[in-house]
Amino acid sequence: MSTTRPKRNPLAPTPPALLPPVPRSRAALGLAAAAAAGRFALQRCESCGKVQYPPREICAFCLGDALRWGEVARGGTVLAATTVRISADPYFRRLMPWRTGLVRMDAGPTVVAFLHGALAAEGRARLALRLDKAGQGVILALPEEGTAAMNDDPVLRELGCAPAQRRVLITDGRAPFAAALTRAFLDAGAASVFVGIAEDWRPLPDFAALDDPRIARVPLDASDAEAVHRAAASIGGRVDILVNTTWHQRPGDILDRQDTIFSREEMEAAFFGPMRLAQSFGPAMRSLAGEAAFAPCAWVNILSVAALAPAPGFAAFAAAQAAGLSLAHSLRRELRPLRVVNALVGPLDDVWHEHVPPPKLGAIALARAIVAALEDGIEDLAIGDVAQDILARYRDDPAILLREA
Amino acid sequence: MSSLAAFALDLMAGKIRVVDLTQTLSPDFPTIALPPQFGQCAPFRLEEVSRYDSRGPAWYWNNFSCGEHTGTHFDAPIHWVSGKDLPDNTTDTIAARNFIAPACVIDCSREAGENADFILTVPIIEAWEARHGRIPAGHWVFLRTDWSKKSGAAYANVKEDGAHTPGPNPDAVRFLVEQRDVLGFGVETIGTDAGQAHAFTPPYPAHFFMHGKGRFGLQCLANLDQLPPTGALIVSPPLKIKGGSGSPLRVLALIGA
Repeated sequence: MSTTRPKRNPLAPTPPALLPPVPRSRAALGLAAAAAAGRFALQRCESCGKVQYPPREICAFCLGDALRWGEVARGGTVLAATTVRISADPYFRRLMPWRTGLVRMDAGPTVVAFLHGALAAEGRARLALRLDKAGQGVILALPEEGTAAMNDDPVLRELGCAPAQRRVLITDGRAPFAAALTRAFLDAGAASVFVGIAEDWRPLPDFAALDDPRIARVPLDASDAEAVHRAAASIGGRVDILVNTTWHQRPGDILDRQDTIFSREEMEAAFFGPMRLAQSFGPAMRSLAGEAAFAPCAWVNILSVAALAPAPGFAAFAAAQAAGLSLAHSLRRELRPLRVVNALVGPLDDVWHEHVPPPKLGAIALARAIVAALEDGIEDLAIGDVAQDILARYRDDPAILLREA
Repeated sequence: MSSLAAFALDLMAGKIRVVDLTQTLSPDFPTIALPPQFGQCAPFRLEEVSRYDSRGPAWYWNNFSCGEHTGTHFDAPIHWVSGKDLPDNTTDTIAARNFIAPACVIDCSREAGENADFILTVPIIEAWEARHGRIPAGHWVFLRTDWSKKSGAAYANVKEDGAHTPGPNPDAVRFLVEQRDVLGFGVETIGTDAGQAHAFTPPYPAHFFMHGKGRFGLQCLANLDQLPPTGALIVSPPLKIKGGSGSPLRVLALIGA
């Protein structure tokens, strides 16, 4: 059972949000990129084959400069453990006491790592790369066998955004995956799920089956600045995880369309709407991010993988998604310490993709992947075979990917 | 004294009352819903440019956007394919004298209250004429349903099989256009046609026959319950949009106090 959400003293001041030390070398950002994607990657020297930590510009063993990031073995042995009770750093003072220790990795290096509370002072450990509140990669040593109660560890809680006991906002209840997301968050133990409903004069058939007292519908239309302001004023201080589901997709390449009518709606859903949401909900959530427990912690964007490279037949939609992805990248910096999760999806299993051969992404798979990413502290993910394949090709060489379409 | 001067004096003296037949333009007001593969009528949107703040210290103003057929709006003949080749069929070319005209108001509020799919028929129009006289040529005919007193979902009344709102059948529209030579047809609902008018032959007869004969439409009217059956003068000039198929507008009725 998860920790129960504590009642907050409404007269107590909200402490300012603090960040762990931010500046890192460019080499060290490789840790953040790997952590964001849920990979356990370190630098390996292509000359001498050694794995090194912390990341550097050259190999500490042979001075070679051909260093390649790659997945390494996650196992390790705890050499020493201690508990830090005093720190001069304002952020860490708030986190005290926390466990730290030396772990000798099976991959070679010995690292200073956060130690999970349930980890024995000696013996085997499983290492994980996690993003800290500043968006930097840090190493965490966990018990080899995970347990249900594991996420209650204060450090894991600090680094994670598990939905359990948290309050979630699904911004657009009319999105094709909104009902599945609502279900998934409820199943993950969310304290409440606000579901934004635009144009409440239209029927909402999808939610008829979702009868749970934790669901609260709120009037919210991301295409209407005043409506977004009103919603943020009403519930902005009670949202821990915002899942931006605004979505509008129609088929059509640039020359297929005789106008920009659909493209405007796609830009509204992918760019202007999320921008309004960020301008209204962002400051509200960020201002409470310093709360001791269950502070606002995550902003989730659901974007098409076509943002990376236009999918034939949906070129205009892809352009709008590319704008949305750029916005999402900037939000990651501007909303800190909130975690901005960017989930890329392939073709949805909907009426607009009837002519597209499988595999297509179902709403339930999408919803479960997003909840899992929040639980596992992942910030960059591709959901489904198509999106994962395109993301892999993008990481391999974007110039080639753009010519493959 | 000229009749116009007498009219002005009556207006100033309150002997002529001005009734606003317009719904407020707001993002919350329903728009017509088409199947999703079609382009949609843009809802009303307001974006603040400045409000005595760093964006403009001494002034408040907004940019707004909407479709030509958003809110209380005027339909020009070019709106429907049946009227596409008529002369002077757009908001900028329709003769301005058409924008001030008397109206006959057929009260079907009781029937529409009992049946959302109420259909205006020729016998109903003839029964109205038996009480109030023959509908004169060049008049508006307004269908009063009190639908404007509803809001939100009840106003749009969209179900699995489409909208359910009152409107005329094809014979009634042809009667008004061909036998009575009306100026146009005005309603309180989102369309001049009934919510289920796609099932008529031809579909959407109020659009098809009215616009096919160069007549006009007024939709989303309000306060028709304040109008007499005859004798109201309607002021309804649309925005002068070049080549426009219609426009949101302020509709006023002048009635004897």
